Amino acid sequence: MEDDAPVIYGLEFQARALTAQAAETDAIRFLVGTQSLKFDNQIHIIDFDDENNIINKNVLLHQAGEIWHIGASPADKAVLTTCYNKTSDSRVVSCAAVWRMPSDWETGSHESPDDSAHNPQTLELLCHLDDSAHINTACVLWEPMGDGKRVISLADNHALLWDLQESSTQATVSNTATLEGKGQLKFTSGKWSPHHNCSQLATANDTAIRGWDLRTMSQIYCIENAHGQLVRDLDFNPNRQYYLASCGDDCKVKFWDVRNVQEPVKTLEEHSHWWKTYFHFHINLPGNQHFSKSCFFKETFPLFYIVKFQSFPTAKLTCVLDIKHLILNFNT
Amino acid sequence: MDGEADGLVQLSEDSGRPRRVHGMLKLYYGINKEGKAAEQAESLDPCDINGAHFNPDLFLNKLRRECSLAELMDQETCMVKQIRSLDSDMQTLVYENYNKFISATDTIRKMKNDFKKMEDEMDCLSANMSAITEFSARISGTLQDQHEQITKLSGVHTLLRKLQFLFELPARLNKCLELQAYAQAVRSHRRARCVLQQYSHLPSFKGIQDDCHAIMDKLAQELRQKFRDGGSSAKDLSECVELLLQLDEPAEELCDKFLSHAQSRLETDLQGLEAEIRPYPSAPAVKDASAPRLSSTAAAGELASKNIPQMANGKLQAFVGDLAARYFSLVERRIQEEKGVGDNSLLVRALDRFHRRLQAVAKLLPGSPVPNQGTEIVIRAATERVKQYLSALQSFYMDSLTDVRQALATPRLSVVSASGAGGGALLGASILNQIKSVLASVHLFTAKDIAFSNKPYFKGEFCSQGVRESLVVSFIKFVCQSSRQFCESAGDKGGSTPPALLLLLSRLCLDYETSTISYILTLTDEQFLVQHHSPVTPVTTLCTEAREAAQKLLNHYVKVQGLIISQMLRKSVETRDWVNTIEPRNVRAVMKRVVEDTTSIDVQVGLLYEEGVRKAHSSDSSKRTFSVYSSSRQQARYAASYTPSAPMDTNLLSNIHKLFSERIDIFSSVEFNKVSVITGIIKISLKTFLECVRLRTFGRYGLQQIQVDCHYLQMYLWRFVSDENLVHFLLDEIVGSSAHRCLDPAPMEQSVIEVICERG
Repeated sequence: MEDDAPVIYGLEFQARALTAQAAETDAIRFLVGTQSLKFDNQIHIIDFDDENNIINKNVLLHQAGEIWHIGASPADKAVLTTCYNKTSDSRVVSCAAVWRMPSDWETGSHESPDDSAHNPQTLELLCHLDDSAHINTACVLWEPMGDGKRVISLADNHALLWDLQESSTQATVSNTATLEGKGQLKFTSGKWSPHHNCSQLATANDTAIRGWDLRTMSQIYCIENAHGQLVRDLDFNPNRQYYLASCGDDCKVKFWDVRNVQEPVKTLEEHSHWWKTYFHFHINLPGNQHFSKSCFFKETFPLFYIVKFQSFPTAKLTCVLDIKHLILNFNT
Repeated sequence: MDGEADGLVQLSEDSGRPRRVHGMLKLYYGINKEGKAAEQAESLDPCDINGAHFNPDLFLNKLRRECSLAELMDQETCMVKQIRSLDSDMQTLVYENYNKFISATDTIRKMKNDFKKMEDEMDCLSANMSAITEFSARISGTLQDQHEQITKLSGVHTLLRKLQFLFELPARLNKCLELQAYAQAVRSHRRARCVLQQYSHLPSFKGIQDDCHAIMDKLAQELRQKFRDGGSSAKDLSECVELLLQLDEPAEELCDKFLSHAQSRLETDLQGLEAEIRPYPSAPAVKDASAPRLSSTAAAGELASKNIPQMANGKLQAFVGDLAARYFSLVERRIQEEKGVGDNSLLVRALDRFHRRLQAVAKLLPGSPVPNQGTEIVIRAATERVKQYLSALQSFYMDSLTDVRQALATPRLSVVSASGAGGGALLGASILNQIKSVLASVHLFTAKDIAFSNKPYFKGEFCSQGVRESLVVSFIKFVCQSSRQFCESAGDKGGSTPPALLLLLSRLCLDYETSTISYILTLTDEQFLVQHHSPVTPVTTLCTEAREAAQKLLNHYVKVQGLIISQMLRKSVETRDWVNTIEPRNVRAVMKRVVEDTTSIDVQVGLLYEEGVRKAHSSDSSKRTFSVYSSSRQQARYAASYTPSAPMDTNLLSNIHKLFSERIDIFSSVEFNKVSVITGIIKISLKTFLECVRLRTFGRYGLQQIQVDCHYLQMYLWRFVSDENLVHFLLDEIVGSSAHRCLDPAPMEQSVIEVICERG
């Protein structure tokens, strides 16, 4: 498999949102959300067949607006969330919603591959994750390995814990946490920790990383000035509960032990041309092998790399992906 | 007379005879015949008139036959002339010989008369001599008896004097005792002791001996008393010991006692010393006080060991060892308290004195480990000193940094830059001076007049390992390391270090790399004549380290300054509602601020770094235009066609190719010149601007504002960078991206933009 040529897949719009479908255990499947101000945005469902080294794809329409963040339900592989910008009356509003994929997207695409391209099916809205008080949702996080009933949305300086009911058609805010401090603070990104019974959350705002206890909705640690510039994204090591990785606009990738946040455990600074990096998702490979992969986007031309971890401090580049032209090559 | 005449005749008539006579004379005078023989061999010719084989007939015949008449006549006159001259010569000789012969005859006759007179006188002399001998024998025979008597008398006299000495001895001893002249008493007693012992069977001598014994016992008693009291000086004590030893006191006991006395006395000395250490007297005072005492101990030890070497030596060794250990511990404590680095010469002198005294001990006790321990103490003190100097240097360096920092804290920008440059030069110079003065101080340890500077340690290891490595090299490393720490600790935790300081330190490290390090090390090597026995850190390693530090600092400076400008740009983009904004009439204030800040950074860096190289400017750099649709890439991106699952085409491949080829290293290392530094800062700032723009959505006027801003930046920023295309490219990207993120992309007229920008 290592000698396989990279598989490249082209998108017609720019994309910033990508996730692995956590509920899908049989295939390697990604969801990619596009950004276009002019045209209807799409969600691309990309299956990577690593045996034949080919890609199968399907396209669903996301007409609500350009997608800034995408999240797949850990329980139901047809359910996903998006954060999107809606433009109306010369106003731009950030919203979040839970969607269901049409039930026949899979079969439909297989019967007539060209059909999906020309007449893409539309997502079915389940519910909005909007609270009139809290707009500008930066991202929505599913409870990892949960039953698909709890999500957290990060909107401005609030973290809202939602309970989804009635097959995700109703959402109610069960708890909130507020980021307090000088100036207008705003969450930019976050991750729900899969450890500690999913009771912890890590968020990024400006150059700081904060940890939260969801039971009390209070801050448990804070890494001030984690990066020289804006923190773009962060994630937990699925195998080591205290390890956290972050990336920022200073072109650095840092690995932290949250028990001692004074200094990073390791800093990667080799790629000064990567302006910003996003990562990191888990891919379930067939045979129930769990691999933790981190992806680094390059700009809006989202070239990204997959890093395979034995443990955080030893990161190795093994594969190149480009979302607009998705290149897959897993070296496992 | 006859002979004479005879000879004349013979000479003139017959040539054969005189020849014979001649031969006899020759024989008499021992003239070698051989010499003649050679001559004769040459003149065998019978016609040679001077030859030995001359034949007159042959000669005549030959002449007659060969010569003409005239020639014969000539020959004849010539010959006659020769004969005449020969005749006159002959006559002269004969007269001379005759005179000599006459005078010789006279002399012989006179001698005959004289000898007869002398014989008579000799006879008379021998008669007299025999008479004298006879008299002498008679006299010595008479004197024999008297001589023997005199010898006997003088012997008796000597004996009597000895006896008198003996008889007077008790009185004399008593007197000595009274006068406390113990040494004399003992000397006298020793002289008499053997005699008294020998003649003790005679009652009179016995009495004297008893008297003497009694007195000497008393004396010994007194001596012992004095010795036991121990109050007197070390010299007195050692005298006592010597005398007691002569009086056959038990040596071991004496030795023990003596040592215990010495110990108690030294004990008080040591305690005094210990007490003195507390209130911190000056170093030399302590050493002055203590060292002589130690040497006096040693002097006493010398006496003891001289007299009873075998037994006492061991004890002495132990004694000295014990005391020395305590003394050393005191000295070491004292030295350790010598923290101040003020006057090194005082310490060095004190150590020198201390060391010399110990060398004296070494001479007295050749096997003792004490001097070596002393040397070790000196070495430790020296090492300690070097360490203190290092920390002093380090704290000086940190203090200087704090000073510079305070100078930099002055609010106005112009002042900052001015004091920055001045402070930089000042910092470098003052640190160098400090290093020099420290080197001079440390150099005292190896001065020629200091005794221990001859030790191999001070010649070799101290210079190379101590001074060069632990002091100079460590300091340079410290400078580099502390500089690096500024990058690391202050790094992402907010700029607690003022950027100007980073710049200044970077310049300092660079100066170290280019000149200062090699200068300092050469200076050190020259001053200390360092011979590198053990491997030392080469100059190149330090230079590399300094250069790395300089590079790191400069990179960090670029990042920090870039971050400051980035923050301004980010705030300005994030806080604005770009969709509902009014038509641009002005360049936004933040852009002016960016240009201003960049200019002041440019000035600041220019004070410390060279200009650097930049690519040639195009003729009209400030007027370059960029349109939203200018580059083909923008076009392709903006006018995206709706073709899902587009196959991978050549366009795609070229895009991917472009992706890699056009990449700009934003956080790359900068070079040590102004242009490179400013370029780095501008790159970071503009890239941040670009990234912020990409996250926003713009209305028509929002896009136009960005166009105006970018044009303004282009007008002013191109002059700072090494390659203006870079600025152009980034600004192009910004405008392109905002057009892409625009809901209603209607770009502004280039001419309008220019008017707005020129208005300011």
